[in-house]
Amino acid sequence: MDLIAQQFFNLDIMRQAWPLILKGLTMTLLICAAVIPLGLVGGLLVALASQAKSAVLRRSVSAAITLFRALPPLVLLILIYAGLPFAGIRLSPFAAVCLAFLLNNASFYGEIFRAGIESVGRGQWEAARSTGLRPTAIMTHVVLPQAVRNVLPDLVSNTIEVVKLTSLASVVALPELLHSAEMARSVTYNSSPVVLAAGIYLLLLWPFVRLMSRLEHRVAQ
Amino acid sequence: MDLAHFLDTFFRPDLIRSSLPLIGKGMLITLEIAIAVVVTGFALGFGLAILRARGIKAVNALIIVFVDVLRALPPLVPVLLVYFGLPGLGISLSSFAVLWLVLSLVLAAFVEEIVWAGILSVRKGQWDAARSTGLGFLPTLTHVILPQAVRLTIPPLTNRTIAITKNTALGTVIGVGEILNQATTAVSFSGNATPLMVGAVAYLVIFIPVVMLGGWIERRFAWKRA
Repeated sequence: MDLIAQQFFNLDIMRQAWPLILKGLTMTLLICAAVIPLGLVGGLLVALASQAKSAVLRRSVSAAITLFRALPPLVLLILIYAGLPFAGIRLSPFAAVCLAFLLNNASFYGEIFRAGIESVGRGQWEAARSTGLRPTAIMTHVVLPQAVRNVLPDLVSNTIEVVKLTSLASVVALPELLHSAEMARSVTYNSSPVVLAAGIYLLLLWPFVRLMSRLEHRVAQ
Repeated sequence: MDLAHFLDTFFRPDLIRSSLPLIGKGMLITLEIAIAVVVTGFALGFGLAILRARGIKAVNALIIVFVDVLRALPPLVPVLLVYFGLPGLGISLSSFAVLWLVLSLVLAAFVEEIVWAGILSVRKGQWDAARSTGLGFLPTLTHVILPQAVRLTIPPLTNRTIAITKNTALGTVIGVGEILNQATTAVSFSGNATPLMVGAVAYLVIFIPVVMLGGWIERRFAWKRA
């Protein structure tokens, strides 16, 4: 028992690691502030493209979505971070993370937005059209507001996953929360900093996880 | 960059050939972990959901804490905690075992939550009717409730299973010799990006069929809107 407390809940080590971990947390929040809006906008564009008249555009978007859904996000990140320099393109870890997340998240958010758009009945289109609204106005004023409301739980749930994914940035040495905790662990040979980081992730995400269970159970009943 | 140079950097034929055996080995390990994780994760997840249906308050509180924690933590965090933390307690597990254990627990947490929501979706009258015919708790659950709950749970279970089997790539961080690990090792030996591309293709070979199957299942079991 003492050994567990010593190895995982060492308050002295946590206190020493705190400034580093706090910096890491700031970086994690910064990554979130960049990749969540990027992913949402990218996803919306992907969803709109999947409704396009041109079959070529629809097919290529659908193929790209399948491709980026099939690649594990870490593989995509390593491809960009370690692969692109061979082509003479050297991205900073932050830019590599943003690009990898954009490709991955746009696919996942895109599928959610697409499901939302398709959940809005044809009657809505026809009614809006008959009042003289143009297609763009119908999309932005009639369809999208209903679509987003219909898939809001999925959007929240995917955003939780995105926040969790930011921990992958530690693999390309971006000093975010998990990376800082890992540095502190490797210096102290003690896992307490990682436990502290885990606690911060829980504090950030647990309320949303609870909210999601509530929503799921309400839908179920 | 002209095409010849591009091909020489990312798709050099001799390096494709020489990295194939390694990547093939990585594919086997990726598949082994994925299958092991699905088997144990589903068994544990269903077990916990059934246990939760018993309605014992203290047990359910523990299940909820377990499920919530594993749903909220990035999977890489428990992977690193277990891999680097347990040796400090005198327990040392292979990196393969750590990855299998952690991903199984994460999948179990999601499976429990999804199956539990499915069980809740079946009206209480079904329980009462089944029990009144003399069926016990377990037969009621397995013969009456779960068959009705399953339809609702199949699409989210499929999606979650795909997401977590893709997480086998996290193994590379603790040195499990799966695809990504083999590929990055080969890149550093050859100084050429070809093995990484072969590795990416290997992931696509495994996961594109899985993603397409998942999409098909989702449409097949979707609730139709009026």
